[in-house]
Amino acid sequence: MQEKLKIDKQLEKRCRNAARSIADDIQSRIEGYTTTAVERTVIRTLGVDGVSNEEIPLPNVVVEDVKRAGKLDKGAAYWFGNAMLETEKSPQEIAEAIDRGELSLTSLPERNFKEIKQLIDSRVAETVNKIEGSREARKDLQERFNLGPKPWLYVIVATGNIYEDLRQARAAAREGADIVAVIRSTAQSLLDYVPYGATTEGFGGTYATQENFRIMREGLDEVGEEIGRYIQLVNYCSGLAMPEIAIMGAVERLDMMLNDAMYGILFRDINMKRTFIDQYFSRMINSYAGIIINTGEDNYLTTADAKEEAHTVVASQFINRELAIRSGLKPEQIGLGHAFEIDPDVEDGFLLEVAQAQMVRQLFPDCPLKYMPPTKHMTGDIFKGHLQDGLFNLASVMTGQEIQLLGMLTEAIHTPFLHDRALSIENARYIFNNARHLGDEIVFKQDGIIQKRADKVLSETAIMLEEVAEKGLMGAIEEGMFAGISRTISGGKGVEGVIKKGEDYYNPFLDQLKEGLNI
Amino acid sequence: MDDNKKRIKPYGDTLNDGKVQMSFTLPLQAGPEASEAGKMLAEQMGLEEVDVVDIKDLGEGFCYLILYGKVKYSVDRSQVRITRVEMETMSYYEVNDFIRNKIGRKVVVVGACTGSDAHTVGLDAIMNMKGYAGEYGLERYPEIETYNLGSQVPNEVLIKKAIKVDADAILVSQVVTQKGAHVTNLTELVEMIEAEGLRERFILVVGGPRISHELALEIGFDAGFGRGTIPPEVASYIVQKINEREGDSNGSYDQIEDGSK
Repeated sequence: MQEKLKIDKQLEKRCRNAARSIADDIQSRIEGYTTTAVERTVIRTLGVDGVSNEEIPLPNVVVEDVKRAGKLDKGAAYWFGNAMLETEKSPQEIAEAIDRGELSLTSLPERNFKEIKQLIDSRVAETVNKIEGSREARKDLQERFNLGPKPWLYVIVATGNIYEDLRQARAAAREGADIVAVIRSTAQSLLDYVPYGATTEGFGGTYATQENFRIMREGLDEVGEEIGRYIQLVNYCSGLAMPEIAIMGAVERLDMMLNDAMYGILFRDINMKRTFIDQYFSRMINSYAGIIINTGEDNYLTTADAKEEAHTVVASQFINRELAIRSGLKPEQIGLGHAFEIDPDVEDGFLLEVAQAQMVRQLFPDCPLKYMPPTKHMTGDIFKGHLQDGLFNLASVMTGQEIQLLGMLTEAIHTPFLHDRALSIENARYIFNNARHLGDEIVFKQDGIIQKRADKVLSETAIMLEEVAEKGLMGAIEEGMFAGISRTISGGKGVEGVIKKGEDYYNPFLDQLKEGLNI
Repeated sequence: MDDNKKRIKPYGDTLNDGKVQMSFTLPLQAGPEASEAGKMLAEQMGLEEVDVVDIKDLGEGFCYLILYGKVKYSVDRSQVRITRVEMETMSYYEVNDFIRNKIGRKVVVVGACTGSDAHTVGLDAIMNMKGYAGEYGLERYPEIETYNLGSQVPNEVLIKKAIKVDADAILVSQVVTQKGAHVTNLTELVEMIEAEGLRERFILVVGGPRISHELALEIGFDAGFGRGTIPPEVASYIVQKINEREGDSNGSYDQIEDGSK
């Protein structure tokens, strides 16, 4: 195929090399650590669920018990397996006994590790099989029903009530949406646990819980069956409980997860070490479950200027991709994010957007690109907003984007009404259909505005990545090189949950995932 | 004034034709029943000659209607009252001079988008270095010390920060709302500040496209700024209010010398 834009291969190589060294450095800094969230995830794979009388999730109760004794460096699974052998109780019964204060995992006599490992490994294998089951079920359903042509239409629901969300999601699916994301309740990312059960109250969104995942999945499968299309479900695998959300999504057959290398650090002030450790583990789970991750580079542009800071987005895409591959994600599971956020008053702004979208398309030909709509420059003028969204849709179909988060004409006013979503689906369908093969007809002019813009952004990207590689990603974040926000290595939330692994650290889930993913 | 101009009505293509467009969703399947229901609703809203120009089924038992009609009612211009923030708008330089001469110390401002709101565009327009509409933001003012806490800040975090840095003023921005959440949120902030007995300590300012000064006063803020507000307007208000609270005694030249470090 003829290249539409000329990409300077030398520059591209510099970018890839720098990104590789950045990812290797991160990997070497997190290898020796685990976190409380990782350990809670392992406990969940053993079958512990539910909450205490004080609404504290039992996996938290279990891990807290070991942490208090200062013995998490061996891995929660070791202590838990030991207790299963010693007490001959079920995992749930043990968790409940700890909650009642009748049992402490670390005060029991210690059994032979071989015995523990045998018991726990087979338990964990059951969960791993369950994840495989979900992956297979998805594959079967996607073979029976179509996924719809790309760009896929991605809409959000955010009522706070899972049942109302479902109703809106089903309506959107009927109108043509391919993907539904349930926006999380405000600041759930800062909860160091996952809430439990179906929820009907939330602020700016709906809590991510395993039961809510199940309700949406079931409802979307039902409507998908009716309309003969597989509707993909999305949630947020981020924040302090990131890997726990990953395991829930894997079991309940979510199809995509928002999962960015730096979002939590920059925008939620979560400790960077904690984030990278949790993320590495979560991404392995996502990978094994066949989930497509969506990275969040669009967020940089809501604080920084989209025209001036375009290269930070591309730099982050290179880094996100390299880190994701180290967790076993295949390129087709790495949905790299970017956004249509240039000020609409900029002359030829549309050309600059096309340059960026086309360039990333060619730089990452095997990754499904996630394209985010205008938000920063949306106003109360819904008519103009609808046009801005139209241009966004045109740029997308022209450049072969794949995951299209639809813009809402009421973006700057309220969370979407039912008809806002309908209008935005209509907008996208009209433009995608009307210009379906426009991209195939285009080659960009040599030395034209679009080609020059792409050259400029890529060369800035290479310079930035090399600077980041030199400082290390953690150092670069400290210096505020992304989104203009600076975070320190030892600062931020959740730092107390980072634990150095002991020599005899045991994590059966991690071991089995690594084996399954060949990493 | 001629009576036609004294009474105000929407304008389509003829003065006082009262033409308006409207769209909404009904929990009914698209069809003659939904169309008629939409028309009846519009009539109850005071429209005449209602025309349902489009109706679309949205699935799950909902449909979307677009209508036109003529408003029966009109408004008497002489009865229109607006509440505005009372102040004299100064320029960037005048505000800094005012602080140096009358307040004699740095003015501290903490700003945040609170609650679920992730849209910092309004807050950034007022606070960021770059500013808005050609006017520098508060960060650029040498006599103002600013703390921009960004988006989705819980009220308690905002209050804590304001206490910690001994803020003169708290700026809250609310852009996007869900079921009126912005008002609940703002009210909660005022209540929390009052509960801690700090109401007199801070100047409370709220801004956003759906914010009016009237609404701001109603929920207990000192001032509200709506769409199109520029940074020097907010700055002018804050410094004049500080001056008014602290009285002129604070502004002697001696103290300026002390404060200039």
